[in-house]
Amino acid sequence: MAETKKVIVKVKRQAGPNDPARREEFSLSWRPSMNVIICLRDIAENPVTRDGKKTTPITYDSNCLEEICGSCAMLINGKARMACSALVDQLEQPIRLEPLTKFPLVRDLSVDRQFMFESLKRVKAWIPIDGTYHLGEGPRVSPEVQAKGYPLSHCITCGNCLEVCPQVNEHNQFMGAAIISQVRLFNMHPTGAMNKRERLEAVMGPGGIQECANAQNCVKACPKGIPLTESIAEVNRDAWKQALLGWFLG
Amino acid sequence: MRKPKIIVVGGGLAGLMATIKAAEAGISVDLFSIVPVKRSHSVCAQGGINAAKNQKGEGDTTDKHFDDTIYGGDFLANQPLVKRMCEAAPGIIDLLDRMGVMFNRTPEGLLDYRRFGGTLYHRTAFAGATTGQQLLYALDEQVRRHEAEGRVKKCEGWTFLSAVMDGAHVCRGICAMDLRTMEVKTFPADAAIFATGGIGAIFGRSTNSVVCTGSAQAALFQQGVDYANGEFIQVHPTAIPGEDKLRLMSESARGEGGRVWVPRKPKENRPPRNIPKSDRFYFLEEWYPKYGNLVPRDIATRAIHRIVYQEKLGLDGQAAVYLDVTEIPRETLNRKLEGILEIYEKFLGVDPREEPMKVFPGMHYTMGGIWVNGEDQATNVPGIYAAGECEYQYHGANRLGANSLVSCIFGGGLAGTAAVKHVNNLEKGAEATAQAVYESERKRQEEKNQKLIRRDGSENPITIWRELGDLMTEHVTVTRLNKNLQAADAKIHSMLERYSRINLSDRTKWSNQTLNFARELENMLILARVITLGALARNESRGAHYKPEFPDRDDTNWLKTTRAKWVNCDIQLTYEPVDISLIKPRARRYDAAK
Repeated sequence: MAETKKVIVKVKRQAGPNDPARREEFSLSWRPSMNVIICLRDIAENPVTRDGKKTTPITYDSNCLEEICGSCAMLINGKARMACSALVDQLEQPIRLEPLTKFPLVRDLSVDRQFMFESLKRVKAWIPIDGTYHLGEGPRVSPEVQAKGYPLSHCITCGNCLEVCPQVNEHNQFMGAAIISQVRLFNMHPTGAMNKRERLEAVMGPGGIQECANAQNCVKACPKGIPLTESIAEVNRDAWKQALLGWFLG
Repeated sequence: MRKPKIIVVGGGLAGLMATIKAAEAGISVDLFSIVPVKRSHSVCAQGGINAAKNQKGEGDTTDKHFDDTIYGGDFLANQPLVKRMCEAAPGIIDLLDRMGVMFNRTPEGLLDYRRFGGTLYHRTAFAGATTGQQLLYALDEQVRRHEAEGRVKKCEGWTFLSAVMDGAHVCRGICAMDLRTMEVKTFPADAAIFATGGIGAIFGRSTNSVVCTGSAQAALFQQGVDYANGEFIQVHPTAIPGEDKLRLMSESARGEGGRVWVPRKPKENRPPRNIPKSDRFYFLEEWYPKYGNLVPRDIATRAIHRIVYQEKLGLDGQAAVYLDVTEIPRETLNRKLEGILEIYEKFLGVDPREEPMKVFPGMHYTMGGIWVNGEDQATNVPGIYAAGECEYQYHGANRLGANSLVSCIFGGGLAGTAAVKHVNNLEKGAEATAQAVYESERKRQEEKNQKLIRRDGSENPITIWRELGDLMTEHVTVTRLNKNLQAADAKIHSMLERYSRINLSDRTKWSNQTLNFARELENMLILARVITLGALARNESRGAHYKPEFPDRDDTNWLKTTRAKWVNCDIQLTYEPVDISLIKPRARRYDAAK
């Protein structure tokens, strides 16, 4: 019988935020259409390193496994991407897995992205409806506006755009492209536009759009292909307009 | 003055809608979720949401939606609440529209509608092929607003362990575990709403997300919350088989004109594009001329199984058939179906706009779930409500496509409103419950953890889980034979026995996913038995439940709801009549107009 093909995976391990980091290597049996999640599950079923040492299963975030929940972002061979859609056959080996670095570490490959949800709160990323009781249909929206807004509403809050942004660092609380793009989405909607001013003010506050240094890494890292740089440019224009207007009107 | 509190467990569509209704009524809500709610499984729903808005001038009505739903569910659903849901659906679409959902539009700026399975009308509103994601986000945003304004507290990264019941068996709160610190804690509340979704993990691989284990439902079941129609499991006809999960290929692909076929010749070696139409077997269209590719899911799934296992016409002799959208113009595909086509492209490296997709049925949804009354989503335990996929009320023996999102939002809203009424009418709330009641539940759960951690056996929880999944998929999905069901139940028994010799390869006290999974596994095994025993007992075929030994629907003996109870630490099946007061049951067939 032919020897089964092996997949070598090298994982950065850290038991907790204050524990020392270490690396462990695993040798797994290859299977067709294997992805990084399958590798992590195989390790959990038999948590033994390549050199035969017993270890613990790897802690990681995952849920939908079809790249729409945003859970499983991590660094795979140094690149911020979703683990579920990272197919082993397309990856160089050993496959290096590390946690995202711009968010507080929980354990192993799991990080805490609460910062992004807090930012969504700050910029009021919602349509302020009066209530859920019957008030008839929503405003009419042209197919053109829908075609523009729909891609923006695909943001899965994975954090990859923050991970690759040089402006997101320990000296800077930059909210990142994902959040700014949401401001654009809500400001575009006929009802949402009524609170455009508030959102623009929030996006000009600390950690806001002024921190963007135009590295344009975000748009390349986005797994959903959201036109993030376009969003930043548009929100930036609107923010300046509002600031200047405020300045003129004293 | 007493300040009532409601706990919602689960942050998908149903849980979020319940939260919004309660928050809007001025009640403070603690929202518990394993994952950040924005990552809940509702995000995976693709094709759309049904509402008879009749915006294509076809004469569609909410009554027709009601009839399609009851008929599609093979008359097993209690009818009055389904009727209310269908009547509420157009208003739900309006609400979502007001919340800013980026639905597809007509040139006039109105919502566009597509056709879905089990109906002849364009009744399904959609946002590309990512409707669930768009709807979930809309509700998530509304909840975030309530959270920012102090009415909702989110407890994300917590998993539900058990309900806290007082001496009179009334729910007074919940016991949950922080998935980081592994702390076990109780939370007092005057009512708890469960919206804990599907149970796909019991079948190993399914179209469901990782968190859909049914663990919360099973935990409640073992505390005396009844579970109904567990044996009704929907297998979606078109999924992409995968090692880790079965990725859904939405019914909307067929709604937009996608066709299912296999080569007529068993050993066809021409690539699909070179096979002329005359050599292709569009079996759904031939067998069901009226509904064609849009027959309900149970029918399409059985047809595909027949093609593969009896006619031996599976692609390359494998368990697969073509789902072909290549005849649809590229522009339409990108505007209406891009989300799902991208999934296929990303995970298989083939462009489905050029080449027919290879699909096969996969476990998708549970029609059964927590028993709730026919009024307001209350369970049989006072203070506990359930909504969404985790309960059984709306879909009978088979759910129609695009009815799940509407049932989640309708049921969630109803549960939220009902829980508010309940807590406002309570004479004494959770504050009057003795601390000892909470403390003893906390201790019971904490001891369970300690026991698991101390256990020094040889069984790996993931191995048992994989075996459970294979067993359930083989014997308790599309075709059910009594001797296999019996054997399956015995096997699950032995798995429960092996479970007592489990070994956690991780004994640490920080973010220990192994411990949590082991706890879920025990619950999955219990619920697997409920499903299997329900199927074994039901000697008829109805909707998704198909027994070749009993191929016909048997209204005389089986037009009844299975209601499983936990009695003396075992499963007891009881039955109750179905409310058929509005539409008289008639034969269900899709080869002709109904």
